Amino acid sequence: MIVSAIDVDKLMLMAQQMSQGVATTLSLFILTLLFAMPLGLLVSFGRMSKNVIVRNVTKFYISVMRGTPLMLQLLVVYFGPYLLFGITISPSYRFPAAVISFSINYAAYFAEIYRSGIESMPAGQYEAANVLGYGKGQTFFKIIFPQVVKRILPSVTNEIITLVKDTSLAFAIAVLEVFTIAKQIASAQTSMVPYVAAGIFYYLFNYLVAFIMERVERKLNYYH
Amino acid sequence: MSVLSMKNIFKSFQNLDVLKDISLEVSEGEVVAVIGPSGSGKSTLLRCATFLESVDAGQVAYLGEAVDFRKKASIQRAKGCFGLVFQNFNLFPHYSVLKNIMDAPVTVQKRNKSEVYQQAIQLLDKLGLADRTDAYPCQLSGGQQQRVSIARALAMNPKILFFDEPTSALDPELTGEVLKVIRSLAREHMTMVIVTHEMAFAREVADRVIFMDGGIIVEEGTPKEVFDQPRQERTRQFLRNYSGL
Repeated sequence: MIVSAIDVDKLMLMAQQMSQGVATTLSLFILTLLFAMPLGLLVSFGRMSKNVIVRNVTKFYISVMRGTPLMLQLLVVYFGPYLLFGITISPSYRFPAAVISFSINYAAYFAEIYRSGIESMPAGQYEAANVLGYGKGQTFFKIIFPQVVKRILPSVTNEIITLVKDTSLAFAIAVLEVFTIAKQIASAQTSMVPYVAAGIFYYLFNYLVAFIMERVERKLNYYH
Repeated sequence: MSVLSMKNIFKSFQNLDVLKDISLEVSEGEVVAVIGPSGSGKSTLLRCATFLESVDAGQVAYLGEAVDFRKKASIQRAKGCFGLVFQNFNLFPHYSVLKNIMDAPVTVQKRNKSEVYQQAIQLLDKLGLADRTDAYPCQLSGGQQQRVSIARALAMNPKILFFDEPTSALDPELTGEVLKVIRSLAREHMTMVIVTHEMAFAREVADRVIFMDGGIIVEEGTPKEVFDQPRQERTRQFLRNYSGL
């Protein structure tokens, strides 16, 4: 009886701590998407720019973002201000640092996905819009981009699912997201349960992501 | 009145001279057919007339106003004068038939939506597509798609309509329905320049036929002159491949 009461207390405490982690993971995920997706579009424009300097700078940016570990980028963004400029960093910078590193990293991947979609568009679509008198911006946002979205949706889904799991890397700078907390509780209680709970959380989260994206894909299936 | 005037047009791609000093005048109400072998520069001529390609030298004028290629406003004004129908339609696949036709008049020409809607419905009715307003291009046959793209061009109220091999992507049956539409436009004296391989059609519908080869206009005249008494050996040689004319 006593043992089970302690267990219930422990579980309650664990659930409470984990739920705080869930909120942090969710904000990290949403904010990253919010910044990375538009930023990625900007980067893809740079990558396709006619200007050689802009194109090569962007190319270098993408190659660094893709060519080095996300965890390393996380540490550089978090500790960089102190190690490079001696600026004291407070724990409140942890979460913003995670959002920044995830955003600039994912922007590079999104940029290449956008580029693949944009470059796969037939020239005829641009020509038809041009002859009809659409401006450059109108052509892109009314004619090209909506079709690009449909083409790249499967790749974007992939990327979003990876992001859900990658948020766990924020444990490297002690952001109190699901994985960090699970790890803390698991060590404190020498229990496997927090890891299992975290695993179930990530799985369900991604199940939901896949479900929503499938809906979106189906919604765009009215033409091909 | 001259709707289109192209003077001394030169165009080359890398080292290949595609248009060599071409001049072309099209008057109001005139139907001009441009024929010639592949690679003769017919399509490039249309693409230069519609600014999809820039010319290396020469002058293009619409309604007597020379286009200043350095000025966006001048190009934009000229664009309001013409429409172009592509070989492979180039409809916007994510827009319904109605939206394909209405979007440019509303967003580009800033015309009243209900007025454009009336016009679109009339055009669709005229082109035999009254029941397909809400369909998407992928649900239409090639012939229907090409008719929608003609309606899309007409909705801009162009002074001249260009056709770049409008039936080359269609089988003979679908070709017929598209030619029927162009024929009825000719009867209404729509000014048109038609690049085509349909010789019988060119002969029937055109007021003037232009035969191009190697980037120059080899011969031009009435269909009777070009098809029945071609003066140039090259024209005769080309036409020999088409029997039953």
